[in-house]
Amino acid sequence: MGLESIVFYLFAVIVVASALVVVLSKKIMYAAFSLLFTLFGIAGMYAMLMADFIAVAQIMIYVGGILVLIVFGVMLTTKITGVDVKTGPTGKLNYIAGGLLAVMVAGSLAWLYTSNSWISAPVNETNTSINAVGNLLLTEYLLAFEVGSVLLLIALIGAALIARRK
Amino acid sequence: MLTDFGIILLFLIISVLFVGAGLVTAALLRPSRPNPVKNSTYECGEHPWGGSWVRFNPRFYVIALVFLVFDVELVLLFPWAVVFKDLGWFAFLAMLVFFAVLVVGLAYDWAKGYLEWDKPSPQTPKLEDLVLPKKIFHKQQKDS
Repeated sequence: MGLESIVFYLFAVIVVASALVVVLSKKIMYAAFSLLFTLFGIAGMYAMLMADFIAVAQIMIYVGGILVLIVFGVMLTTKITGVDVKTGPTGKLNYIAGGLLAVMVAGSLAWLYTSNSWISAPVNETNTSINAVGNLLLTEYLLAFEVGSVLLLIALIGAALIARRK
Repeated sequence: MLTDFGIILLFLIISVLFVGAGLVTAALLRPSRPNPVKNSTYECGEHPWGGSWVRFNPRFYVIALVFLVFDVELVLLFPWAVVFKDLGWFAFLAMLVFFAVLVVGLAYDWAKGYLEWDKPSPQTPKLEDLVLPKKIFHKQQKDS
C-alpha cells in the first residue's frame, strides 16, 4: 500500500466517521461541529485529486462560511433556553423512506463506478489547475462568470431581506 | 516527491501530534485532585446560574450572510489574480463589472439599514417615576 493510499484512507475514515456523527448525534451542536471534519476531509480528497482550486474553495466557502452560518442558525434558534437541542424521534415511515433512498443512492453510485472505464490522468507535480480555471473563466465562460455575480447579488439582497424582516 | 498539499498535510499531522503529545504528557504528569470548588465554572467565587445557552441576536446572522457572499467572491478572485497579467485590461474590466454588481447589493443592504447594528433600547426609568410625589410623601409622613 503506497503512501497515497494511506492518505486516502485517512481522509476516508475522517469523512465517514464524522458524517456518521452528524447523522447519529442527538445533539444538534455536536452534529454541526462534526460537519467541520466531514467538509475538511472532502477538501483533502479534492486536494488528492489535484483539484487545488476546488479544495481551496471547499475550505474557504464550506468550512469558513457555510459552517459558521449553520452554527449561527443553531444558536439563533428561539426555543433553546433550558432544553438541550435534540433531534426528535423519527417514525417508522421515515426510517423506511430514508433506507430506501440510501439504497438507491448507493446503488446508483455503484452502477456509476462499475459502468465507467476510469482513466487516470497523468499527474504532473507542479501542475496547478488554477491557471486553467482563471483562463476559462475570463474568456470562454465570461458570461457565466458575470451571471454568477448577479446570483450573488440576489443572495446578498434576498438573504438580508428575509433575515431582517420583522 | 511531496506535492504542495503534501506539505500542508505534513504540517497538519505535526500540529495535531504536537498538541496531542503536549496534552497527553500533561495528563500523565499532573496530579489529579479535583474538588467541587475547582470543578466549578468560575473559580473566583462567582456562582454560575441558568443555562449556558443564550439566544444570539439576529444581527450576527445578516453579517454572516453578507460575509458568505463576499467569501464566494474572494474565492473567484484567486483564478482571476493568477491570469490577470496575461489577459490584462480585459480581465480587469471583467472583474470590475463583477464587483460593480456586488457593490449594488452591498449598497442596497447598507441603504436599507440591514447592516445597522441593532442597539438594544433599554428603558431608563425617569426621575419622576422613582421619586414619590410630594403630596403622597407628606401624607405618608403624617400617617406614620
